[in-house]
This record gives sequence, structure tokens and C-alpha cells, in this order.
Amino acid sequence: MTDFTQSYDAPRRNYSQLVLRWLLFSLLGLFALFYLMPLFVMVTTSLKSLEEIRTGSLVALPREVTFDAWRTAWSETCTGVKCEGLKPYFWNSVLMTVPAVFIATLLGAVNGYVIAQWRFKGANLIFSLMLFGCFIPFQVVLLPMARSLGILGLAGSIPGLIFVHVIYGIGFTTLFFRNYYVTIPSELTKAAKVDGAGFFRIFWSIFLPLSLPIVVVTVIWQFTNIWNDFLFGVSFSQAGTQPVTVALNNIVNSTTGVKEYNVDMAAAIIAALPTLLVYVVAGKYFIRGLTAGSVKG
Amino acid sequence: MAPILDINNLYKNYGSVEILKDINVAIEPGDFLVLVGPSGCGKSTLLNCIAGLEPITGGTLSIGGKDMTHVSPKDRDIAMVFQSYALYPTMSVAKNITFGMKVRGVDAATQERKLNEVASQLQIEQLLHRRPGQLSGGQRQRVAMGRALVRDPKLFLFDEPLSNLDAKLRVEMRSEIKKLHQNLGATMVYVTHDQIEAMTLATKIVVLKGGVVQQIGTPAEIYNRPANLFVADFMGSPAMNLIPAKATKNGSGTQIEIARDGAAPLMLTDTHAENLPQDVILGLRPEDIAEAGFRAGEDVQVAECQIDMVEPAGADTFVVSELGGKQVTARLHAETGAESGKPLPLAFDLSKVSYFAPGTGERLN
Repeated sequence: MTDFTQSYDAPRRNYSQLVLRWLLFSLLGLFALFYLMPLFVMVTTSLKSLEEIRTGSLVALPREVTFDAWRTAWSETCTGVKCEGLKPYFWNSVLMTVPAVFIATLLGAVNGYVIAQWRFKGANLIFSLMLFGCFIPFQVVLLPMARSLGILGLAGSIPGLIFVHVIYGIGFTTLFFRNYYVTIPSELTKAAKVDGAGFFRIFWSIFLPLSLPIVVVTVIWQFTNIWNDFLFGVSFSQAGTQPVTVALNNIVNSTTGVKEYNVDMAAAIIAALPTLLVYVVAGKYFIRGLTAGSVKG
Repeated sequence: MAPILDINNLYKNYGSVEILKDINVAIEPGDFLVLVGPSGCGKSTLLNCIAGLEPITGGTLSIGGKDMTHVSPKDRDIAMVFQSYALYPTMSVAKNITFGMKVRGVDAATQERKLNEVASQLQIEQLLHRRPGQLSGGQRQRVAMGRALVRDPKLFLFDEPLSNLDAKLRVEMRSEIKKLHQNLGATMVYVTHDQIEAMTLATKIVVLKGGVVQQIGTPAEIYNRPANLFVADFMGSPAMNLIPAKATKNGSGTQIEIARDGAAPLMLTDTHAENLPQDVILGLRPEDIAEAGFRAGEDVQVAECQIDMVEPAGADTFVVSELGGKQVTARLHAETGAESGKPLPLAFDLSKVSYFAPGTGERLN
């Protein structure tokens, strides 16, 4: 009796499961297509010639692949009056983002370490204030920041932009590291103290080596935010120190005659490439770091 | 000999909350001091104060004859083993053990030599290149001990080091710590909530409750002559029987009367007790109540008791009888003929009796 019902039921359940699974995958596939469509159009358009863009369909594959638009976008296209492509601005962005990410991450790590492991009177208050800093909209600080940068003599310079991004990043990086370090038993710090290690020794030898997963998370977060930032970039830079996002805007907006869609698309992809790269490269370590941390002990 | 650890009038407050009140403890070199008490009694805080990990609010503390009240942990010449072992997760076992020496700038050859000494002593040579995450609980425990041993300090501090191990391993490690203490002749301070651990390891026990020292003494003193009801109840398993009784002076001795529900009161005569108030609480450990005929001595008195329950425990059989409104446990030999619901003559050994005042709980004899 039981055997009979089982053998009768089993294939039916499998069948409905299969249908459900296919439905699910189709739906997910549809979403993925929807999200990938703009990227597809960007990539194909950037590989077409202007002639082909004018005559062909938006979603068609390029008949003849050409990298001219990429070369133009990188080193020839005009941003306003200058015509040297994205290249100088791309390096501006690198010069701004790399130190800003590094400094903000390091400061966040030290802050988080102090707040989580070296409790002092008012530690919670300071942490709350830093958290509050995460929620202040960029627009609010534009004017006071411009004034501060002027006083510090950093107005319109890349160090000025680094300064702004570090200040804005500390709230988030501290939050990340504090939440990570708070899960590490305080006995570890105590043991190291008894062993004779001091504040920075404990940080360098014990806490930092434990921090790979959270460092990766913080770096991805900071890099993406700072690289993609437009408002601070456009407000606190001047000709020659503009980051790539501002330059991209200028390329797209400074039209002289024909609108070069293929160059615009190539420029947009170039501007987006580093964040993509950071995610692909670091994402791997992110997963590895997570699994390493999940092992007991 | 000068005490190696001397704590005088130590107070510890967190804000307005008093955690430790007027602690006075001194131990000699080679002593094994156990701080024992229920959770929240302040025993771990006291250990942290000794280590210098918690600043103290009042009083003084000296180690090896030097005042250490305001000295930082690294300069106190101590080593500590933590409940969670607190091994550095990213370092190998060898690096864990040598970290303290490295920080203190000990030369590499000495580090290597001491590492090997300790590793062979604890039998962890084959683990030296592993990470703590790859070790079992017992192995981590050994490494944590190794990290302390390698320092060769004046004072070893243990903060409930066995409470994360399973029962069998705990007993094993317990005797190993005891062996270690005997072989090294080192001075140790050990915190535990387990009174059996306290009894087996200590040369001196401090019983704490609510941040106040209840009694300081050798395991035998604490066990046989508890200073108050709390210590009597806390130390020993099964716990000491604490029976309300009435005392009346009777010639040269004292007549002890224990009320019984639905039967004549149990009458005992104590020839040693003097000056007892009328109401007392009589304390007698289960092993001091035996089956009649199995305990001899001039202070042994036999009385018939109704047995309510029989609990064979292998080596012994425990029987429970209601006396003075309390469930009183007696420890009988395994082959006893006791049956529940039947009366049985029990021998009360009054040479081991304790009397406590019902109000204050203080010991009277």
C-alpha cells in the first residue's frame, strides 16, 4: 500500500518541481536580460562606426567591429576646450581614489579597533556621532567644505578631494570595522596585553591579520563610492584636477556638431571599468576571506 | 617567607556598583589558590584585577613583594590562561607560544629552546605548525597553557580554563594541571565555579559571594568547617544537609531536637556543643549519616528514620528522609537494604556536625 502510493506520487512531485524550477529560471533569466540590455547596447554601440549607428538599429550587433571610438574616448575627444580624451582625468581619479580609499580604510580600522576593543568613557557617543556622519547628505556640506578647503589651501586640488572623501568615508569604514572587531572576543586583547604587547602591536600583529574579509568589503565600498562620485568632484575640482566622472559629463555635454554616440558609450564604459575590476578581483578574496573566517576558532 | 601575592582591602566598583568589597588574600610561593563562587560573584573580576586588566578602585596589591597596584599587566610578571583560550587565530601554535617572548625582544635561540621545552612538556610538538582553528578543544587548552608556561612567571592565572571542555576531558586536564603544579612548584591562582575543581586542585580556597569573601581556608577546612550557610551549601555534592533544630542544654551536653512530620521528634545528644541558642540550623554532610552499624565512634548516634526515596548511584546509594521539614540525604554503601517507605536506623556522626545561626547564617561551633 505504502509502496504503491510512493511510486505513484514520486514522479508527479518531480514533475511539478521541474516546472517550478523552469519557471523560476526563466523569470531570473528575464530579469538578467533586462539588466544586461543597457550594457549590451553600450558595448555594441561603442564598437560601431558613426555611419553604422545612424543607419542601423539600436540593438543590432555591429556589422564591422572598430575600436576607433575607444581610442578617441581615451585620448582624443574634447572635454570643453581641451581635446586630450579621458586619459588625464582617468589618472586624476586614480590619484584621488587610491589614497582616499587607503587612508579612510586605515583610519576606519584603527577607529573600529579602539571603539570595539579599548572601551573608554564616551566611546558609544563618539561611535553614534560617527554613524550620524554616514547619513548627512553630500549637498549639506558643500558650502562649509568649500570654505574649509579654502582655509586649508586645498581648494581645487586632488589632495583636497582626497581630504573630502576621507572625511566622508571615515563614518562608514569605522562602522564596518567596529562591527567586525566587536565580534572578536576581548580575551584576545587581554591575552596580548599580558603577553606584553601594546596598543599598536596588538593592532598590527593580531587584529589586522584577522581583518581581510572586512578590509575587502570596505575597499569595495569606498572605491565604488569615491570613484563614482560626481558632486564632490564637480564642486571641489578645477580644470586639470577633475575626476573622470566630471570629464565624462563634459564629453557628453560638449557637442560640436554631430553627437558621437559611440565615443560617449566607450567613455562611459572606460569610466565604469575600474569599479567593475575591483569587484571582480576583490570579490574573489571576499568569498575566500568569508570562508576562512567561518571556520571555527 | 614573604607572600608572593598580597591583596589588601581591595575594592572594585563599576560606576556606583560595588563588584568587590574589602578583599584580603595572601598566598605563599607554591600555593594553588582557587577563587570559587556562583556566577556573578566577582571571582573573574578579582582575577582580572590581579592581572592588571581591570583597574582597582581601592586597596593595594603586591606580587613578589613589589607593589603592583598601578602597574600594567605586562610588567607584573604573570601569565594567564583564559576560558576561551584566546589563542591568536592567524598565528601558528609555535608563534602563539613565542609571541610574548618576541614582543619582549628575547633572542631567537632562546625562543626556540623554550618553545621546544614547553612543547615536549605538554606533548604538543606535532601541533606546532598548525593554526588554532585546526585544533580540538583539548589541544587548544594545551597550547594556551604552553603560552603561559613558556613565560616562567611569578604567578600563573587561570580563568575557568576547563569550562569549555567536555566532562571526560575536563577531569583529564584537571589532573594534568595538578601534576603541572606539583612538578613546577609554581604559584597559581585559579578561578572556577565548579566546587569539585576547587576541592581537587586547591591548597587554599577563597569562597566568594556578591563580591564579599565568605571564607578562606584549605579545602579540608572549607569542607569540614564551613564558615556560614552559604559556604556549607555551595561546597560539596550532594550539598550539606541543613536541618532546622532546637537546642536545649542538658547536663554536660546539648539536646538537639529535630521535628518530624507525623512522628516523634528526632532526639540527638551532642556532648561537645556549648552555648548554642535555642534555634539552630544543624549541618551534616550526607557521608556523615550512615546506615547503623557502619559507622562507629563516640559521637555516633543511631535513630530510626522513615526513608522516602532510594537513589542508587553505583558506588554509593543515597537515601532521602524528611527531617525538620527538609529533604535530608544520607550516603549509604551500595549494597544497602534500604527501601523507600520503610523505616531504617541511621547513624548520625555528630563529630562532624556544624551549627549555624538561622538569622545571620554564621557558624556557631
